[in-house]
Amino acid sequence: MSEYTYPILFGLAAGTLTRIYMLRTDYRQYPTYLHGKIIHVALGFIAAGLGTVAIPSIMEEEFTAITFLTLAASQFREVRNMERNTLTELDSYEMVPRGKTYIEGVAIAFESRNYLVIFTSLLSTLGYLLFNIWGGLAAAILAVLISKKLMSGGRLKEIVEVEFVEPRFDGAGLYVDNIYIMNIGLPERQEEVLRYGMGFILKPKNFNARSTIANLGQRQAILHDVSTALGVYRDSGTPALVPLAKRDLDDGRVGVFVLPQEKNINKAIKIIEAVPTLENAIRMPTERQTNGKGS
Amino acid sequence: MVLEKFILAAITTNPAKIPSGTAVFHCEDKKEMEIIAANLEAILDGIAHALTEELYVIVKH
Repeated sequence: MSEYTYPILFGLAAGTLTRIYMLRTDYRQYPTYLHGKIIHVALGFIAAGLGTVAIPSIMEEEFTAITFLTLAASQFREVRNMERNTLTELDSYEMVPRGKTYIEGVAIAFESRNYLVIFTSLLSTLGYLLFNIWGGLAAAILAVLISKKLMSGGRLKEIVEVEFVEPRFDGAGLYVDNIYIMNIGLPERQEEVLRYGMGFILKPKNFNARSTIANLGQRQAILHDVSTALGVYRDSGTPALVPLAKRDLDDGRVGVFVLPQEKNINKAIKIIEAVPTLENAIRMPTERQTNGKGS
Repeated sequence: MVLEKFILAAITTNPAKIPSGTAVFHCEDKKEMEIIAANLEAILDGIAHALTEELYVIVKH
């Protein structure tokens, strides 16, 4: 056993445990038990290994050994591809699809979490080698805290106000507040829609939020999350019963129409508020310097 | 080419208003029109949209 055995084992354990901690199965039911998890824990273990041996190789003045970290980059980009392909394939069989933007967000999260594992392992091994096992432990805890901060994105409640509105019909047109959703011709279908449907108005808190919730991927994510959490009154062959989100062109409000199986207003509002703001949907038009030097 | 939306059939009670180029179902009254529209909706996997009181179309989305 060399002087590096324990620090490397420690870094490996810290990294793998971080990956397991970040691999929570939540309402999105992804990844599912058990094989999906094994894949990610195994990849997390590999990432931990890559991160942890970087410090000993620097100490041994084997600088070229660092280049294998580039291997990690291509390896984990492959993880992103894998997740994207799997989810896209499965999406066509979902009652209410996730949408491409949501899938891309999940895929990015999987890739970046492996880099966080590398970072945690690297820091833990460094702490162990510079000080002692307690130093390593402190570094590991610090890295986990930073990872936790980095991996949690924004929620919709930070950018919009959600309000419940009973959907209504004006002729054959279905409306949520004053926002036109769709045309439903058959009276019996209209009754069904009114009985099971719920309408919500998302009012953007600022100009940036207005562009973000206008994103079709973000809107699909809202519909998917509500339908996953509260069930959906829909089947194949009933295209008229479809949750939709449409936009008021005048003020940027978004009208969300959903058909949940559990009609609980407070719960539904909480779910919409907790929908992640997809990082690919975020727009910041106010960050643009219209009066900058270039213009 | 993939068509995103397509009119699969039209159901009407007014023979003067029939569109050409699609399958048309003539009906005696509104009740019959609704029954046929409901059946066609289920059969064709489309949505029955009301254009006017006397003209429904089944659209594939």
